[in-house]
Amino acid sequence: MNLEQELKERLQKKDILLMTHIVLGYPSFEVNREVVRQMVDNGVDCIEMQLPFSEPMADGPVILKANQDSLANGTKIADCLAFGAEMAAIHAIPFLFMTYYNIIFKYGESAFFAQAKEAGIKGLIVPDLPPEQGESFFRLADEQQIAPILIFAPTSTDARMRELDGFGRGFIYCVARRGVTGKKSEFGADFSDYLGRCRAATAKPIAVGFGIQDRDDIRVLIGKADMAVIGSQTIRLVDSKGAAAVGPFIAGLREASAKPQSC
Amino acid sequence: MDKNGYFGNWGGAFIPEVLHQTFEDLKREYIKARQDPAFWQEYLSLMSTYSCRPTPLTHAENLTRHFGGAQIYIKREDLNHTGAHKANNVIGQGLLVKRMGKKRVIAETGAGQHGMATATMAARFGFECTIYMGEVDVQRQRPNVFWMEKMGATVVPVKDGSRTLKDAINEAFRDWVTNIDDTHYVFGTACGPAPFPEMVSWFQSIIGQEAAGQIQARHGGMPARIYACVGGGSNAMGIFGRFLQEPGVELVGVEAGGKGIASGMHAVRLGGTDASPGVAQGYKTMFLQNEDGQMLETHSVAAGLDYVGVSPILADHWEKGRVRFESATDDEVMEALDLTMKMEGIIPALESSHAFVQAFKEAPGLSPSEAIIINMSGRGDKDIFTIAHAFQDPSWKAFIIQKGLEYSK
Repeated sequence: MNLEQELKERLQKKDILLMTHIVLGYPSFEVNREVVRQMVDNGVDCIEMQLPFSEPMADGPVILKANQDSLANGTKIADCLAFGAEMAAIHAIPFLFMTYYNIIFKYGESAFFAQAKEAGIKGLIVPDLPPEQGESFFRLADEQQIAPILIFAPTSTDARMRELDGFGRGFIYCVARRGVTGKKSEFGADFSDYLGRCRAATAKPIAVGFGIQDRDDIRVLIGKADMAVIGSQTIRLVDSKGAAAVGPFIAGLREASAKPQSC
Repeated sequence: MDKNGYFGNWGGAFIPEVLHQTFEDLKREYIKARQDPAFWQEYLSLMSTYSCRPTPLTHAENLTRHFGGAQIYIKREDLNHTGAHKANNVIGQGLLVKRMGKKRVIAETGAGQHGMATATMAARFGFECTIYMGEVDVQRQRPNVFWMEKMGATVVPVKDGSRTLKDAINEAFRDWVTNIDDTHYVFGTACGPAPFPEMVSWFQSIIGQEAAGQIQARHGGMPARIYACVGGGSNAMGIFGRFLQEPGVELVGVEAGGKGIASGMHAVRLGGTDASPGVAQGYKTMFLQNEDGQMLETHSVAAGLDYVGVSPILADHWEKGRVRFESATDDEVMEALDLTMKMEGIIPALESSHAFVQAFKEAPGLSPSEAIIINMSGRGDKDIFTIAHAFQDPSWKAFIIQKGLEYSK
């Protein structure tokens, strides 16, 4: 089953899916292991695992620092690939890799796709690789059946969204606002218009990320989006309260989405 | 540049989707400006009235006699407004910003010269201005920080990563993706995503256009060689541009050798073997990075050359053998600077002094009937703290201690 089918199947049973984000090697692979377990046990539907890069251009302070600290700990790309394989083997949810293009380019695109395939990774999110720059990348993605997840932004025109949709697989990642990861987003009328434009441009499930922090944010998304992405917030939580706090936090988000939409 | 922004194997535009539309708008405005002769006329007029263009080509007679070889000429970008070639690019982009109707400019800066030039342009054109500068560079280029703030710019010290130029670039991009609607990012060098490498080189090409006419008039022919320091590569692209079509002119780029290539503490991308192809900061070029693709720390006494990447256009000329690359160490740079000050009464910036080093190495081997041009990309008085420190100048030290006491009272 490909990623899109898998997500659509999950959507039969839930009003909104949850995707979470971890930075590999931060604060350690040991903690990553525990955090993933807590996430999966509490009903997360999909996890993006970020392979750290020294120049994470699209990330805000929280994830930027996590990237830098992970690298300072000595995290290697080979360790990340091995960890990805380990997670995909024990947990029955789809795992994605998220990273910047240089990591894949330097590893070698073919070799990277082969490794990711071998590891059971279902998709790749590469925020600095627009489709027009990634001919071989998108060809390999199709050959290896690993979904390249494309990103819509509020600045994308309708025509651009349709163009991106043609290259994307799995789902579309809709960035909730301008800016980098980690800052609170406002979900006003403009936001609803934007999600409406996203929905009109693609038949794939749409995920919304950037600044989703609590159950209220997720409640707003029910009915408008198929998946909510929690990124910086769980990293902050692990920093302040430790890995054990992740499970209750995720469960709390779930309770919210089980409630009727009117509340 | 091809339709995807490439020069041979290098360049491109590796940008997050949120910037896509802004780049489309920028490309359109840039192409319109290039096709509009009135744009370049306005640019030239501003550069000759607000700045000091054309800048002189100085015949360094004492240095020529000293080395006993080629006639040494110095292209004086230090006499451009704000003391470096940076104004050429910034004023050009400022005119584009006016056309695009944006109200705010941001920029990264290493040595502070690009930040200075941007703050100056913003003051003149009435734009709001924020400058991102690595914390390390804020320390070593304090005078420029002072002037930027005095001209009304906000200077943000960047505390991430190596706290130098590349980190300032990342932070400026983060600002841009947040404030794209009213903000233009005045990229400072011939790097970054397309169209910046080509656009910045276009504005800088004024250096070579002037130099070609000047050397013809003074020397009666083309120079044998041209030397330029290479950080991002904009001053080199500026002076090389016009001469690329002259097969008899050898073009030499000089990178920061730091404490020596063998030490690993340097910023040699094209003139050594430590760099490899990569994609970062929006473009593909030769980067100093490890086997995993993580960028390495670089080192140079000159903040403006202390950078992991290099212009994709220069990478293309390097690959095709059109530009030769050499490097100069920190120690060699101090020697060349000392000699130039004493013999010519000219103070080159630490960055520019790299080009002087290589020219001095090669001048004796050329004939007095040949000419060489050194592109003096900027003036050195901004470096007074670094240079005084490197020379361990006793009277300067006493002065600083005295000032410190005065302020701590």
